[in-house]
This record gives sequence, structure tokens and C-alpha cells, in this order.
Amino acid sequence: MTTYGTEQKERVGFFTDTSVCIGCKACEVACKEWNTIPVDGLEWTGNSYDNTSELDANAWRHVAFIEQQQDGGGIRWLMSSDVCKHCTHAACLDVCPTGALFRTEFDTVVVQEDICNGCGYCVPACPFGVLGKREEPKDGRVFKCTLCYDRLKGGHEPACAKACPTQSIQFGPLDELRARADERLAKAQAEGWQGARLYGRDPEDGVGGFGAFFLLLDEPEVYGLPPDPVVTTRDLGTMWKSVALAGVAIFGLVAAAVAGGE
Amino acid sequence: MPSLGTSFGRGGATDFQQDLQNSDCIVIMGSNMAENHPVGFQWVMEARRQGAKVFHIDPRFTRTSAMATDWVGIRAGSDIAFLGGIVNYILENELWFDEYVKHYTNAPVIIDEGFKDTEELDGFFSGWDAENGKYDPATWQYEGMEVHASAGNREEGFSASGQQAHGAHGGGLQSGEPPAEDPTLQNPRCVFQILKRHYTRYTPEFVAETCGCTVEEFTSVCEALTQNSGRERTSAFVYSVGWTQHTVGVQYIRTAAIIQQLLGNMGRPGGGIIALRGHASIQGSTDIPTLFDILPGYLPMPHTETYGDFENFMKSNISPGGFWGHFKSYWVSLMKAYFGDAATSDNDWLFKQLPRIDSDNSAYWTLGEMLEGRVKGYVVAGENPAVGNANGKAHRLGLAKLDWLVVRDLVEIETASFWYDSPEIESGELHTAEIGTEVFFMPAAAHTEKDGSFTNTQRLLQWHWKATEPKGDCRSELWFYFHLGRRIKQKLADSKEPRDELLKALRWEYPTHSAVQEPDAESVLAEISGYEADSRKYLPGYTELKDDGSTVCGCWIYSGVYADGINQAARKKPHWEQDYVAPEWAWAWPSNRRTLYNRASADPGGKPWSDRKKLVWWDGKKWTGPDVPDFEAEKPPDYEPPKDATAEDAIRGDHPFIMQPDGRSWLFVPQGLQDGPLPTHFEPHESPFDNALYDTRANPARQQKVLKDFDPYNPVDGEPGADVFPYVFTTYRLTEHHTAGGMSRSVGYLAELQPEMFCEVSPELAEEAGLEHGGWATIYTSRSAIEARVLVTKRMRPMTVRGRVTHQVGLPYHWGSRLLVRGDSANDLMHGALDPNVHIMETKAATCGIRPGRRPRGRELTEFVESLRAQAGSR
Repeated sequence: MTTYGTEQKERVGFFTDTSVCIGCKACEVACKEWNTIPVDGLEWTGNSYDNTSELDANAWRHVAFIEQQQDGGGIRWLMSSDVCKHCTHAACLDVCPTGALFRTEFDTVVVQEDICNGCGYCVPACPFGVLGKREEPKDGRVFKCTLCYDRLKGGHEPACAKACPTQSIQFGPLDELRARADERLAKAQAEGWQGARLYGRDPEDGVGGFGAFFLLLDEPEVYGLPPDPVVTTRDLGTMWKSVALAGVAIFGLVAAAVAGGE
Repeated sequence: MPSLGTSFGRGGATDFQQDLQNSDCIVIMGSNMAENHPVGFQWVMEARRQGAKVFHIDPRFTRTSAMATDWVGIRAGSDIAFLGGIVNYILENELWFDEYVKHYTNAPVIIDEGFKDTEELDGFFSGWDAENGKYDPATWQYEGMEVHASAGNREEGFSASGQQAHGAHGGGLQSGEPPAEDPTLQNPRCVFQILKRHYTRYTPEFVAETCGCTVEEFTSVCEALTQNSGRERTSAFVYSVGWTQHTVGVQYIRTAAIIQQLLGNMGRPGGGIIALRGHASIQGSTDIPTLFDILPGYLPMPHTETYGDFENFMKSNISPGGFWGHFKSYWVSLMKAYFGDAATSDNDWLFKQLPRIDSDNSAYWTLGEMLEGRVKGYVVAGENPAVGNANGKAHRLGLAKLDWLVVRDLVEIETASFWYDSPEIESGELHTAEIGTEVFFMPAAAHTEKDGSFTNTQRLLQWHWKATEPKGDCRSELWFYFHLGRRIKQKLADSKEPRDELLKALRWEYPTHSAVQEPDAESVLAEISGYEADSRKYLPGYTELKDDGSTVCGCWIYSGVYADGINQAARKKPHWEQDYVAPEWAWAWPSNRRTLYNRASADPGGKPWSDRKKLVWWDGKKWTGPDVPDFEAEKPPDYEPPKDATAEDAIRGDHPFIMQPDGRSWLFVPQGLQDGPLPTHFEPHESPFDNALYDTRANPARQQKVLKDFDPYNPVDGEPGADVFPYVFTTYRLTEHHTAGGMSRSVGYLAELQPEMFCEVSPELAEEAGLEHGGWATIYTSRSAIEARVLVTKRMRPMTVRGRVTHQVGLPYHWGSRLLVRGDSANDLMHGALDPNVHIMETKAATCGIRPGRRPRGRELTEFVESLRAQAGSR
């Protein structure tokens, strides 16, 4: 982790409580307005009310709509606003060769537009498919949620959280959010919300916990989220160790062969 | 909103949305609140978080249903059957709030012996005039009273018609206290017993059969509502245009008003009826009206019948009891605001010179006249009737018959472009070269580009300031009308024509600023709020208005919004810095009261019904509590009016409905409504079913053929040809778009979220009609055919009604032929049969056919629709 010394701030993030998400997409619009993100195409998908489809360079918030048939004939319509997870162990950051991706003093992960050279290494590195290169309008660089870094610097909450009418998107210090989420989960379970669970809250998970975590009402896969995400660079260290060992072994063999030849 | 006006005295939401957090049970019906009022919906979520039951009763499973604890699917257009069933459930099981009903409603009042119910006359109340298709309400009166506005000087509207009762009152009574009552509620002619008999056939089985829900679903709503009402608990109703937009829509709302009276939920925390208005400041545009038959503050527009007769006009409008007793003060103060020194008691405050209405004169009536070439010019501001109104084609054809058209909008909408870009140009029914209409498009400034106020859905005036200058020629509404008026006055300055007298007398002096001479919006608000004519002292509220010309007030219900010379609407103290009523956030009419009729939150003696539900109470000397009391502050609960008392002095201390002449809420409405004193189930104008109750199928008083031959109707159940249009369709909005789309189809960030017109159908209907998910469908009626992408979803469900399966087609109505995202307009399918009270169309329930594939284009479209009409025998 980068050390900011006295400039280090408390780690902040999002707790997105999907049980109160009404699918209004105000988060998507507020995000685009604040961050001046281009329009992402005017295609109708036929996938419930979701015409954004996924997170990418031109969609930093994405509200998923999942229509479910319940046992007994009832209908359930899940809505959930997805966003960059600002992972504790962020693979995108590990693989970025230019230093465009960095960890801020708020412990969030941000791409610097003026440094990114569009190499795209971060795109497959993200276990959630959050990052994408901006193709339309022609650009080539990678863009993603900054957790409104500029707003944070000014002492404001991110635009999506500000716009959310039902407090489905809550912003704050991560520790506080985790405590609040635990309370909310207990209440939701007591109220009989089927399948309520926290996703990304656990610091022991494969990415060391999310800076932006969720209360979901079903399996993560239902929302198009990986059930057990792992930082894709997790094994890099051991891989290099293996490479080194292999190198030593090959060198030994070659040396032996050379020596044998002599 | 004559439904709320006649029932309670004022036609506005009776409560504020924040108060929903105090509800123990919320019934959302005729509304998709989460989708169309997402900000206010947070308070429903808050109630739910605290354990409240939230029912969404709707033909579709929407975003609101998704967030409710329970969704009950019903057939579009069957709401009165459902609500009437709740009334019957309450009465049959003796679950009404007895003390509340006996003291605060007109349940004990005895009705004229000539009154006959629909149950006796097969769907008609007594007084039906078959020749004119209208009711005479003479037999609906309280026993011993006559219709207040006597024949001969009857005000169109005041005595009966809706718009004037829209926000105001149910019409006058001859005197305050009813002459005959039975406090035991046993007299067979008392309102309570009439009500009981009227709804006795609305059994749970009848409801299930008619609405297509199950008996269990229905009774679960009844049980939750009745268990969550009473001294300790309260329930709220929320509705929007899903109730309004029917040929019997006013009576939908009336049925909820009856339920809330019986359960004692009016005027109490977490209770009431929240009327969610269609869009920003629609409440404001009825308060300071853009309607044809009222003046600001719901004062009736004079009719040609009252020409010159000021005295009679006053006599028929001054109520014997309640605050309408001061009608003359409100009227004279408005005339002083309009005409200043030119309006005097000697010239009857220029009453003779005022314009008159001479007929219905509503928007659809005007279109009917337009289609026959009798309208020369038309100003359209903030509306897009070519997309947003029923029968879009009739609108576009009508526009082509004008001499001139002015459209003021943010972008060039379909109403402005009909002459070169419209379905009729495409089909060859209109040719640009042959259209004589001169079209003026005036670019408008957005709300961020001007100062002003919005009056929101809960009567709250909220001020906003200009953030940026409007671009180019864009101008505010205020600028447009101020300078238009100024120039007209300049041109007429030397006129000797009597018809110009009024315009010449008009006071038209507002300070202006900036390079474009923008009028000062606060100076207009100050005039609306009112001041003393001589001292210019600002008035604290409407009780200070005088009938002698010494006060000036542009809208009596808004009086006090500029009290002490301070813009009260601009107060922005957040709710977390005050209690939940938040009286210091902006300003609500009347008198900053947030919950109307809140005297009813206390018992007749003035004590709160319970500690849990206290709001306003009598402390021995005055009424007090977190809200501003909606009662005279020092009138004790045991006050009894002296014999000769007038206005509010004629209202007893235990009667909370101070705008009503008798101080009570009205279960039974003796006057003020065109289609009856009690709500009765009628089928929509177009329906695949007949009426299970009566041979009278649909509301007999509904307006038909207002658009003449341009509005052919589908045959309905039992008529030959009905099978051409076997399905029910309903139209609605999506969160992502704004009404007719001018403000959202033009904005990329919104347009991309819902980029194409689609229809929602159930898997069963898709199978029956051969529709493919993601493909195209053509939907058709006798008016037109449109195409839409097909969204097959289990959120749409077939309904079994009286053993017959019926399918419903859902159609959002945001699209038109222009802007970033385009598509056919759902309203092109709609007919123009109207509710008789408010002249509104039935866009929530009509019949249609549907088939796979795109619609025919050009001339073939017209031919296709003609062939359907021929096949069905549409008339």
C-alpha cells in the first residue's frame, strides 16, 4: 500500500444496499453528468429495463435488472447498481506499466487520464470486468469509476451516492459502512428477505475485501458478479519464483551438459 | 381534483410525502410511484424499513411492485370494483372508526327522499337527463336543502362541474349545518345506510371475478388496511394519473376518499390521500391555473350566463359556512392585483368586462373546434399534444387547420414539426405545401436558466434560482408573457374598442433586470402573496384579505408566501435540522400547513386519538402541535355556532373540514360532481367485458365524440366486431423519460437508458399472438396502428375475468418522430372519450389488437386502419 504519510486519509467507499434499489438509474446519470462520460450508444437490448448492459469505459455505474419467477408463481424483480470495487488488492494497479493507475490517499483506485497510454493490460486483469478501453468516441484509453476523486478532494460525496433517492448507495468511511452493513443484513434477514447476503465485505476474501461492497438478495452470479473473485495477480510472486527455479534448473542442466561435453 | 375537493374541501394532496414514513400500511394504486416519483418514494421505503405493509395494486408488476411487500395484479379499469369491495368489507365487518365517522363525516346526514341509487335504477342515480346525457343533482341534496346555486344563475362548474371544484370545494350548500341527521346512523335515508346498500353487492367474490385477482389477495388488502387503522395506527393511500385518466377517474379517487373517511385516516400522521401529480409544478398550474374554467385560487371563471350580474355571481359563490364564506374577499383582492385602481366597487371590480366561458372550452373541446376549422390561433407552452394527448393524429390534423401556432419549448417537438415531419406527412394525409398554418417556434429557457418556484405534489412552493443565463433567443415564460403583454398594451393604448378596456386596465408593472429585461420573479411572488393596497404592507395570510378593495392578492391560497417581505418559498433548512414536519423548508399552501384537516388528528374533545398518532391538539387555550393547525387557532372544541353565524364562524369546534360548508368530510357528495354522489363500478369506455352490475356498461355521463368523426371507437363486449380488438392496453411512463419526451429524448444521458419504443406482453400473450421477444409488434385500434419492440415478461400476467382469460398490453408513451431516440406514439392509439368532471382522457384502459411484425408504412398504414374499422364496424 502506498504511504501518504500525514496526507493519508481514512479509507472510504460505497455500501450498495440493493434491497432498497428502485432501479431509477439516477446514479448512472449523475455519474455521467459529473464525470462528463460520453453517451454509450442508443441500443435497445430487450434485457428487462437494462440498456446499459455492463460496466465499461463509458458506464461507471450500471444498474442490473433481474426478473425472477418465484416458487409459488410470484415475481421478483431485483435491481442493483454495480460499480468498480476499489479492491484492497487491485490487480489493475499491479499490472499498469505507466503508473496511470494509482492508489489515492483515500485508498481508492484511480486511472489518471493524462498518463494512461491505452496499453490495456488492466482490462483482463480485473476479475470483475470493470475496466474497458474507450472506443466510442475514438480514444483508446481506459476509464473507470474514480469514486469521484475530485469531489472527495473537495469534501463532497461521490455524485452517484448524492443522487440516490433511497440511500441504496451509501458513501462513507469503510469501517463505518461495514458496521452499518452488518446491522442491515441482520435486519433484512430478520424481516425475511430471501437470500440476503453481503458481497465483498470480507477483508479475508480473494481481493482483500472491496472498497465498494454490496448487500445482495441472491447469489452474485445472478447479478453477473463472480462468486469468489480473486486478484488475478495473486500468483504472480509464486509464478516468478517458479520461473526463477526453472531458470536455475535449466541453467544447471545446460551447465552440466556443457561441462559433460568438455 | 374535484374528487378530493368535494370530499374534503381542497383539491390537493391531503398530506406530505415525508409523512409516509409514519404510515403503518400504504396502498399505492393507480400509481407507479417508485418509477415516476422516485425521490418521494424514499419515504415509502422508510416506512417499509420500519415494518409497514406496502401494497401495490396495479395491472402491471412495476418497479413499485418490486419494492412493495405485496403486489396485487388487477385488470386495468376495474379499480372501483376493488375499492368498493373494501368499502363493503369495512361495513359488513363493522370495522369503521365509529367516533370519527359520526363526528367528522356526513354519515349521519339524511338525504332527500327523492334520491334513488344506481342499485334501484340499473346504473343510474336519480336525476338523469337522458336527452342531454347529464345529471340534475336536485335529489342528491341534504334533506331540507336545495341546490345552492339556483337555476338561472347557475355557474357552469360551481354547482356541478369539476375543474372549479378541482382544487377547491364541493360546491355550496344552502346553509351550513344539515337540517336533518341521525347520529345513530340507523335512518334508512342517512348517508351511512345509503352507502351500505350501494356497496352490498361488492363482495370479495365479485371483486375477484371483476378484477381478475384472487379472493385471498383482495382480503389480504382489506385485513391489512383495517388492522392498521384506528386510534393507534394509520394507513395512507397514494395515487397518480393511473386513477385520474379514466372516463370515471374522479370516482376512483372518491372511492379511496370514502375508505379513508370510514377508517378515520384523514388529517392524521401517516394517513391521508397522497395525490401524486403528473410532473413538476402541475399542482402549481392548477393553483395559478392554466385551466379554462378557473382563476387563481380555484375561483370560478364567469360564464356567459352570468354576464354583468356581479351580485348574483357573488351570491351563488359565497358559502354559508366555512372559509368559502369569504369568497368576495378572495375575488376582489384578485381583481385589485389584476387591475389596480381601475377596479372599484362602483364598476363591480370590472366584472362585466371579464372574459367568459360559454361551454366546456377544455383542451379536447378546443381540438374538436379546431378540427372543424373554428380555431384561428393556438399557443402551446410546455406541452407536446401531438405525442402526449389521446389521439395524436386528430391533434396533428387539427393543427393543420389553424391560421397560426405558437410553440414554446426547449427543443423543436413534434407539435411544432407536424407540418413537415409527422406520421400524416409520411402517409400522405397531410402535404406540407397545402398546410396554411404559420408556425412560430419560440425557444424556452430551462428551469436552471430562470428564477421562479415549483409547486410540488404536496402543495409545497419551492424557490429556485437561475444558475446560468439562457442561451441565444431562449427566454423564460415570465419574460415571454410579460413582454407579450407589454407590447399588446402598447399597441392597444389608443384603442377605443370596449373589448380592449380590460387589457388597457391591466396592471403590468414589474421591475426588470439584465440585458434581456428579465422581469423580477420575486416581485410577481410578492403580488401573488398579497399586500395592503395603501401601505404596501405584506399580508401574513388569506384571513387578512378584505372585500372592499383595500387588499391586493394574486392568489388567495398562496397568501403569506411573501409574509414579512421574505420569500418563504426560498427557505432551505434541511429536514435533519428540524422535526419531520420540516415547516422551515419552503412553504406549503394554505398557511404552511403540511397535513390538511389536521384538526381530525384529535378527537372531538381536542385530545390526540393516541399518543402514537398525535399531530395537533387543544391545549386548553389553543390548538398546537408540530404542524400548523388547519383550524382557527383559538376556536375551542366545544364551540357551537350562533344561529346567524357565517363563514368559519358557522363551523362547529368539532368539525375539522373547514372548507366545507358543514365542516365535515363528505362520504356522499350532494353537489359538485357530474356523474353521481357515490362511486359506482363502470367498465372503461372501451372494454372487452360488460358490466357485471348493470346493463349500463360504462359511465353514462362520460363525454363522447368530442373529437367528432376523427375519433372512431372500437366495438366493445357483446357488439359485433369486438373480437378485432380483443386485448386491453394501458399507457404509462418510465423513470428514464419525461412525459411526451421533449425533455428526455433530447438528452443523450436519458435517451440511452430507454432508447426505443417497446411494448410489454406476457409470455402467454406472446404465444397466442405469435410475438417474439426482441422482435417487432404492431398494435392497433380504430384510430391508428403503431409499432414497438416486443418485451416478453412475466411481469405482465393474463387475468381471468368471469371465467374468461384476458391479456393486457403495456405501452410507454414517450416516443415520437423526432429527437435522439424515435418511435411511434402510444397515444396515437387512444380515443378521446372523457371523464365528465375534468375532461381527461382514458389512457389507462382501452382495447386493442396486436400482431407480430412492423406496421405498414405510408399510404398502406391508412389503408390498414381503414380495413380494421370496416372489419370491426367501428363508429
